[in-house]
Amino acid sequence: MSVLLETRGLHKRFGAVVAAKDISVAIERDSVVGLIGTNGAGKTTFVNMVTGYLKPDQGSVRFKGRDVTPLHPRQITRLGVGRSFQIPQLYDSLSAYDNVVVALGIALRNARPRWLARGPRLVPGYGLPLEEAAEQVLERFGLAEFRDRPAGVLPGGVRKLLDIAMTLALKPELLLLDEPTSGVSSEEKFAIMDRIMRAVRGSGATVLFVEHDMDIVSRYASRVLAFYDGRVIADGAPAEVLADPDVQLYVTGTRTTAEGAGHADD
Amino acid sequence: MNTDKRTPLLLLSSLLALLAVGPLLPEWQFLATLALGKGLVVLGLLLLLRTGLVSFGQGLYYCLGGYAAGVMGHYWGVTDATLLLLAAALVSGVAAAVLGLLLARYRAIFFAMLSLALSMILYGLLAKSQTLGSTDGFNLAPPTLLGFPLAGYEGRYALYSLACVLAFLAALGLHYYFRTPLGRLATAIRDNEIRVEYLGASVRGAVHVKYTIAGVLAGLGGALTGMTVGHIDPEMAYWTTSGEFVFIAILSGTGSVAAPFLGSFIYELVRTFAYEYSPNTWQLALGAVMLLIIVFLPAGLWSLFRRRQGGAA
Repeated sequence: MSVLLETRGLHKRFGAVVAAKDISVAIERDSVVGLIGTNGAGKTTFVNMVTGYLKPDQGSVRFKGRDVTPLHPRQITRLGVGRSFQIPQLYDSLSAYDNVVVALGIALRNARPRWLARGPRLVPGYGLPLEEAAEQVLERFGLAEFRDRPAGVLPGGVRKLLDIAMTLALKPELLLLDEPTSGVSSEEKFAIMDRIMRAVRGSGATVLFVEHDMDIVSRYASRVLAFYDGRVIADGAPAEVLADPDVQLYVTGTRTTAEGAGHADD
Repeated sequence: MNTDKRTPLLLLSSLLALLAVGPLLPEWQFLATLALGKGLVVLGLLLLLRTGLVSFGQGLYYCLGGYAAGVMGHYWGVTDATLLLLAAALVSGVAAAVLGLLLARYRAIFFAMLSLALSMILYGLLAKSQTLGSTDGFNLAPPTLLGFPLAGYEGRYALYSLACVLAFLAALGLHYYFRTPLGRLATAIRDNEIRVEYLGASVRGAVHVKYTIAGVLAGLGGALTGMTVGHIDPEMAYWTTSGEFVFIAILSGTGSVAAPFLGSFIYELVRTFAYEYSPNTWQLALGAVMLLIIVFLPAGLWSLFRRRQGGAA
């Protein structure tokens, strides 16, 4: 399997807080990777560095073999990295439909050569005009009934789904989901993940998702990275990582004594 | 969806109605032409407002447009109205594109104040420049259209018609612009800039384009006003002029590309009558109208029409 994303020695410090210490990971194509860790462990900082929102103090991010460390989020997005947010980032005054239209419109615009007014009229990856492609996205995510309602008044779970739908609408090769099921009822969690996975399988994206619910992680991830204090303390198959003494002590809290653990503070 | 299809129809019927009514009310043509000129500037403000930006300096481009038209006739003997408008659009467009490099970096009060400051710089420059008439400005050479003078009974109607057509084209153009991917970014930027960047678009680039379009529209409005009044002066760049445009924009509302012209007509009417009946306190009347609008129609005059259509967006 080829490596899609690779980070080398990422360091990030916010004043006295070290949010990332020497993070070096390689993510293979077509894998589904779960990022776990307590609040403040550095998961979101990692996502922010990969997408260019934060610049690492040291180290580099390579996507498809290209160094993307100095690029802006919009440039990294154009290269094929999609990102959803822990708190949905939507256009609140626009309808659900218009939110998706804006997203697809940008994809359409980015697909055409710069100074030429005439370009493809069909959204890349859909072969459909903008309006029809947007309807298809809403349909696929079960959002059709919310089509004309302003995003600002939609219920939390629907906002979450719309946020992810907009990210996936661009058909990214790498999809970063920051807590896709946070703020959602436990029954809805699996429904949301199922929808995401179905859409991902259709587009063939590699997924990196931040998650606190270990049931979700074990069920969907093919690999788990456990973060603690700005470092990756365990990396491997879900069962293996969740059985790791350090992870049980520092991340999942299923172990309360340091017996058998203790490598994380080295 | 419905208003999308209705707007071009509304604009076309308004154009035809204005062209038809013009000859019946010749004494109103002057006022209406002025209102259309200001409406163009406010149309540009509507674009900025939808992007979440308030410019207190559209007078800069309004003035540049007026002076571009004036200089063409006064110094180079060019009097054709279409050429004057073209020159105004070009000068204000280039100026907005250059200053936009700076302004696209700012938001909110910083954007508003910086735009105001830039327009006051132009005011200062023009007020000090003897060759351009200093604070008195200068008179425009009488404009012509295809060789016919835009004066006298037919001429005034021709100028009014030109203003109508220009306003129609600008409003229609902006209506379609709002349906392009770049145009749709206006509300998106107002709502959530981070999301726009994370979908792969440049917020600064989009703001820059919108600012330039608004500048061109203000320049056209300035040239039209100059041709109608026959005179231009640095007051056009003074901050109170820019404030007047913001006033009309709030009065109009941002609900439709037709709103700035409606608002502009109402504004000119109120101002004219207020000035006629109470020459010393006409600002009081305008202020009262503004207060009523803000209290009862916070989304501007255009919200009246929306409500009647049963709240259809």
